[in-house]
Amino acid sequence: MPGHFEPLPGGGAAVALDDVEISIIRSLAVQLLELIGPGPAEDAPDDPLAELFAEGPSEPPSDPVLRRLFPDAYGGPGGEPVSPEEADERRVYSAEFRRFTENDLRARKRENALAVIRSLDGLTSASGEGGVLKLTRGDSEQWLGALNDLRLAIGSRLEILDEDDTDHLYELPDEDPRKPMVMAYLWLGGLQETLVTTLLP
Amino acid sequence: MGRVTAPAPLEIEKTESAEEEFAVPEPDVPWVTIVHNDPVNLMSYVTYVFQAYFGYSKDKATKLMLDVHHKGRAVVSSGTREEMERDVQAMHGYGLWATLQQDRK
Repeated sequence: MPGHFEPLPGGGAAVALDDVEISIIRSLAVQLLELIGPGPAEDAPDDPLAELFAEGPSEPPSDPVLRRLFPDAYGGPGGEPVSPEEADERRVYSAEFRRFTENDLRARKRENALAVIRSLDGLTSASGEGGVLKLTRGDSEQWLGALNDLRLAIGSRLEILDEDDTDHLYELPDEDPRKPMVMAYLWLGGLQETLVTTLLP
Repeated sequence: MGRVTAPAPLEIEKTESAEEEFAVPEPDVPWVTIVHNDPVNLMSYVTYVFQAYFGYSKDKATKLMLDVHHKGRAVVSSGTREEMERDVQAMHGYGLWATLQQDRK
């Protein structure tokens, strides 16, 4: 069934993808990789330990998509109002958390996106005309993470801030410039939804 | 037979070091991990994450997901600050919007 993952007997999942679908997912995954950026040690490939000891940034990213992928760990919406001192304290704690976690998080998200690209490339080189993509359970978990990151990224670009915004997306006229991105967003949602189902016990 | 004499009062030396004066003991209040609602993450995915990462039952994971969805946020775990930082990092890895704070209630 196109656009839908189905469970494989014995674990894993499969989906039929045509050439266009493969190129859309691949291109989005490449864009995500470029947005997340290289690891801190990629400037110094001679030193494999550099990344281990490199500290991450302490400031939140300026790009709204990256801010959503790497949010502050202290603070957040809702809750009671806080004093300026408490707000300062949260900023300091968030900065410290970011220094010690953001590099790992970026690496994990990069690996998920790379896993998607690798499995799509394996599929195209085998047949040339799309085909049935088969994922192991491990692949499925990486795909699930990457599909979610892609939807977060697109959702952030489309400025989906609440459930009403999602409803409006369905009503966009065909000539709206956001329409192709919306179609991709909804289609990826279907892929993710059906992939989750194959992983639930 | 010796007489028991009252012990001389112990002299307590007062050392008012700056450290003692300012070191406020960390109150014994647990920290909590809070997951916030967002319109992008699928309900099924959020439930899956709560089951896969925390090992919660389907019922508990679903209830927490619905709390996030309807109330805007839910406490998904509690413990030491270090444990909660670990949980928050894991939630960010899954793409869920999570924060930690001391549980004042």
